[in-house]
Amino acid sequence: MQIASCLLQNHTIMTLQEIIQPANKVYGKTPLLTDTPMHYCPGCSHGVVHKLIAEVIEEMGIQDITIGIAPVGCAVFAYNYIDIDWQEAAHGRAPALATAVNRLLPDSCVFTYQGDGDLAAIGTAETIHACNRGENIAIFFINNGIYGMTGGQMAPTTIEGMVTSTSPEGRDVMLEGYPLKISNLLTILDGTCYVTRQAVHTPATVIRAKKAIRKAFENTLAKKGTSVVEFVSTCNSGWKMTPHQANQWMAEHMFKAYPLGDLKDQ
Amino acid sequence: MEEVKLMKGNEAIAEAAIRCGCDGYFGYPITPQSEVLETLMALEPWKKTGMVVLQAESETASINMVYGGAACGKRVMTSSSSPGISLMQEGLSYIAGAELPCVVVNVTRGGPGLGTIQPSQSDYFQTVKGGGHGDYKLITLAPASVQEMSDYLCLAFDLAFKYRNPVMVLSDGLIGQMMEKVQLPDYQLRLTNEQIREKYPWATLGKQGRTKQNIITSLELVSEEMEKVNNRLQQKYREVEANEVRYETFLCDDADYLLVAFGSTARICQKSVELLREEGIKVGLFRPITLYPYPASQILKYAKQVKGMLSVEMNAGQMVEDVRLAVNGLVPVEFYGRYGGMIPTPEEIVKAAKEKLMA
Amino acid sequence: MKEEIIIAGFGGQGVLSMGKILAYSGLMQGKEVSWMPSYGPEQRGGTANVTVILSDEKISSPILQEYDTAIILNQPSLDKFEPRIKKGGTLLYDGHGFVREPKRTDINIYRIDALETSITSNMAKAFNMFILGGLLKIRPIVEIDNVLLGLKKSLPERHHHLLAQNETALRKGMEILIPVHTL
Repeated sequence: MQIASCLLQNHTIMTLQEIIQPANKVYGKTPLLTDTPMHYCPGCSHGVVHKLIAEVIEEMGIQDITIGIAPVGCAVFAYNYIDIDWQEAAHGRAPALATAVNRLLPDSCVFTYQGDGDLAAIGTAETIHACNRGENIAIFFINNGIYGMTGGQMAPTTIEGMVTSTSPEGRDVMLEGYPLKISNLLTILDGTCYVTRQAVHTPATVIRAKKAIRKAFENTLAKKGTSVVEFVSTCNSGWKMTPHQANQWMAEHMFKAYPLGDLKDQ
Repeated sequence: MEEVKLMKGNEAIAEAAIRCGCDGYFGYPITPQSEVLETLMALEPWKKTGMVVLQAESETASINMVYGGAACGKRVMTSSSSPGISLMQEGLSYIAGAELPCVVVNVTRGGPGLGTIQPSQSDYFQTVKGGGHGDYKLITLAPASVQEMSDYLCLAFDLAFKYRNPVMVLSDGLIGQMMEKVQLPDYQLRLTNEQIREKYPWATLGKQGRTKQNIITSLELVSEEMEKVNNRLQQKYREVEANEVRYETFLCDDADYLLVAFGSTARICQKSVELLREEGIKVGLFRPITLYPYPASQILKYAKQVKGMLSVEMNAGQMVEDVRLAVNGLVPVEFYGRYGGMIPTPEEIVKAAKEKLMA
Repeated sequence: MKEEIIIAGFGGQGVLSMGKILAYSGLMQGKEVSWMPSYGPEQRGGTANVTVILSDEKISSPILQEYDTAIILNQPSLDKFEPRIKKGGTLLYDGHGFVREPKRTDINIYRIDALETSITSNMAKAFNMFILGGLLKIRPIVEIDNVLLGLKKSLPERHHHLLAQNETALRKGMEILIPVHTL
């Protein structure tokens, strides 16, 4: 009540219409992000990464030549959120589609957007071979260590001891193998020009992640080979945590298995 | 027109692809069709027409490259043989679901499993009854000569784009590997991206000049909407069935008995008909060229005239089911088949016809 | 005119290429032709065979039960195909390496010592051209000029310097034919 009365004393009350003035604008949504309400859970990293990709496409002015390949997984509806041409691939096959687009439309800018199950389990062969051929494409890789859309099953990147619906006692590496550090694996392929691991849980990491996305697109346009940007991400629903807990848990546990930073930059 | 050349069926596929304005071929080696990729690589069409040829890491990747290329409105294709075609079923279902045009050539070999590399027709069910998941159909053309390998490949592209549907050229190791005379088609220009934008407004070439984004997908989570998608597909299939049935008859007009066979078996049966006619037995040959859509009503027409039919196939009895469906009990429909890579001889078919139809 | 021919032997003896040259020769002579090989591991040392049909009319079945002419280059092929030669047909075989000679009496049988001749005349690689020469002597189904044209068509250009040697072998093959049993 004290604060309210203070406001009443020092300021005239503004209507909503009065507040929405160009002069007052401090942040704008890129028009490349459509008005379709996102289906992602609050706290999910997908929304931030979508926004960053859309912003970079807009800033680079490449929306007319950019073609996105959507995965199977939570990002299956990515095409509803970023206003460019899209192809929706079968589970894991996005790099094969992107290969054809790159070969048949060499002046286009092609990227895939894939989750960990898509890229590092069912689509491992397509990922490795597209990278090994050095296709001029950007691969954006969301690694949240879990199958989000199907309800929280173990992923190839699930870290040791992590509980999922198919590893209820925590991932036992003797039984289920080790977390797959696929980005590290992709660095040794001659076809990749840029492999980096980013996150989007703090303002600082968001700024760095956006730079990485831009670099990947620039490499694609310069036909330098394949760029891979991994985003170590949260899936608070799948992890059964609040968004805040999930970010903390990621920083504490996921970053140990998947340290952030550039793995390869040529 | 091009001069008459002597070549294998597999080579004719490669030559015809380049000539009929194909934009891209994505494939993986497998016997008995590896000459398709080998011939394309030797001909280097990227230097002449700009056609892309790429050896993929698997048949799974091949068909998904075809998906990506087709989604750009490009004339793209792949070829393989039975085990590889099995791997492509996922992709084919997606391509049919997303309503994309493409051509797939199956130079069939004997199965199941790794099976044999010798000719077979045992992928009939897989091709015309589904193969992948969901209610979809592949328009299916069955060539019976090297010339038809070339002719039908070009026809396949035309049908694929006419209906925005995948088309299968269902051949086998016999036609793929044999050499015959062939007259290749003249070169057709590949479409430019601008022409594609105009002709195929659905193509994902980048938004350029469009206010609305193009999305190629087979996904629709709202059941009411997904039913509508299926209705649209079914409507298209009815149209295909009404307009695209193709078949050939040989000495059927006065026939008392009919052999029914497709592809290479039809060639062998033609000789069996000649041999039976020499003995004074009036036998004709009905050869479905499109296996989907199936010439059911045309077969039914002959059912009213003949005493019996014999379906001859290089499998354990697959197309015979469609012949029986067409005839609907009007006359007996018998079956004779060899499988596992065995090829029936004309004489053996004569014997089977006598035993099964005339005994 | 219609001639249905089987050529059979070991992989590496030039069975498939001999058939190919014959098919190309037919093409040059304006005939309908078909060339149907056994394929697969046969190409790598097993037995190989190819059915070649030359005809004035359109060819129906490329698969045959019986043949007008059989060219046989090894024992397993003789065992397999001797019974499948049409009555009154022709068998031509290379004399090397057989433990059992042909036994039919209702066909024409010719021997040609092509392997031996090709080695003694230092033209081992043209072995199959000696055989083809022998065949054309017995069954002049295509003119020799068309065979030479067919040979040129079927050989990659980098091998065209071998054309003269092949022609020599072809003509020599016509001279070394030995009738074994003629009707």
